[in-house]
Amino acid sequence: MSAYVTSVLAIMGINVMLAVSLNMISGFCGQFSLGHAAFYGAGAYGAAFFAAAGTPLPVALLAGVIVAGLLGLVVGFAALRLRADFLAVTTIGVSFLFVGFVRKQPWLGAEMGISKIPASGLGSEGNTLLIIACALVTVAASLYVDRSWMGFAFRAVGDDEETARTVAIPVSSYKLVAFTLGTAIAGLAGGLYAYFTQFIVPDSFGFILSVALMAMVVIGGTGSTLGVVAAAILLTLLPEMFRFINEYRLLIFGGLLVLVMRFAPGGLAGLARALILRLRTS
Amino acid sequence: MTAALDIDAVAVKFGGVQAVDGVSCTIARGEMVGLIGPNGAGKTTLLKVIAGVLAPDSGRIRLSGTDVTQLATERRVRKGLAITHQIVRPFRSMSVLENVVLAAGHRLTAHPFVALVRYRREAEEMRARAILATVGLAGVEHKQVGALPLGQLKRLEVARALAVEPILLLLDEPLAGLNQNEASQQADVISAINAGGITTVLIEHNLTEILRVSRRLVVLDQGKIIADGAPREVMADARVRDAYLGTGQEHAEA
Repeated sequence: MSAYVTSVLAIMGINVMLAVSLNMISGFCGQFSLGHAAFYGAGAYGAAFFAAAGTPLPVALLAGVIVAGLLGLVVGFAALRLRADFLAVTTIGVSFLFVGFVRKQPWLGAEMGISKIPASGLGSEGNTLLIIACALVTVAASLYVDRSWMGFAFRAVGDDEETARTVAIPVSSYKLVAFTLGTAIAGLAGGLYAYFTQFIVPDSFGFILSVALMAMVVIGGTGSTLGVVAAAILLTLLPEMFRFINEYRLLIFGGLLVLVMRFAPGGLAGLARALILRLRTS
Repeated sequence: MTAALDIDAVAVKFGGVQAVDGVSCTIARGEMVGLIGPNGAGKTTLLKVIAGVLAPDSGRIRLSGTDVTQLATERRVRKGLAITHQIVRPFRSMSVLENVVLAAGHRLTAHPFVALVRYRREAEEMRARAILATVGLAGVEHKQVGALPLGQLKRLEVARALAVEPILLLLDEPLAGLNQNEASQQADVISAINAGGITTVLIEHNLTEILRVSRRLVVLDQGKIIADGAPREVMADARVRDAYLGTGQEHAEA
């Protein structure tokens, strides 16, 4: 594999992990989060900090998962009593707070980030394979959760919290689990990214990335794992396939988002379902 | 035998308004009680206190002898309480069957990590289908709830409540918005549920049906119980006619 292909596949795998984990929070459980990049960054910084200190790869990745998951748990607690729109605004705040915080921390490299992240020892292709494997496990886990009673309860919580309580569902516990699970996976993606680039800066985890991830979820079809995977792959590959698009990346994302909301609120998954239904009935 | 529900000196104040004013009432197992009163009498506030949606300023709520005053709604449901909403609130992303299956699996969803390791639904589906047949919703199991008329949505609310295997069923205006024929059928369904041994409290404005199916009437006015007893006797009470129907003293004086 050329270095370019390896790099595109790795970024695609990371985007799939991020979009699928955000879908667990926002799609499955109805908690609209616009701060997912902060948890990705927390995982990247957590793993990078430990990796730079000389800990082995699995320990550093685990550290990233724990840091992001704990931050997710704290934000999840704060978000328990927030309405959807207030939660969205709060998570935007978390996104800015994170970048603002790490920029001012000399022990995290401040504006310059962390640059002395040691190599994973797997090589460039090995790193990419690890990322793809983690992305596949994330997708499989998401599909399983959706099929389990946990996914069933998530749907109920996302649909109507008050009614969910009347069927004995502990709404707060489910919201916390979704938030912690989703942010921990984002943390793992962050750790993998840190090892992949061996260099991280605060601006890689800004608000625009959070919006781009939410765009992947909405364009894919909120709540549909496979739809979100398709959107994550598509929106990673499009700018690569048509170089001129890269200049207008945000314009394309925004335009697609508006078109999906107006003409296909179910996203790619909704379009696929409608197509299958039409083929069956014809 | 322990009472199914014991409301002990419950009081709720909203600003300067005493919505519920020291209400005490005991409901024995198996009873079918109608809770009536004029608009603003405090019925829905009292129901919200029993359901755990609203914390009382004072007083206790006991379910089957257990003090549940400090418990959240979902924990009260696990102790045998079931509630239906005044305005129907189905899970709109689900089919009719899924709405009831989810409730039938309440033991599996009680803890997220138990829910994570379980995915089979056959037993719950079988029970949900039986409950849907009980309330007259056989044949619409796979419809999305958005496609159902109000009468069937009201039945779905009752089916979902039944699926949590309640000891006490609290129904908030289950006949509201239905025509007389639908209301009569729905009242029959509720009566049959009660005959099956489930204690039922019915908040309703439809006096014809509530008098037909209830064996005890409790009347609230301005946050206080003003009458409690057999339906015919309660409706003959001058205070009830005055407060609830507005046909008491002021008519005599007119």
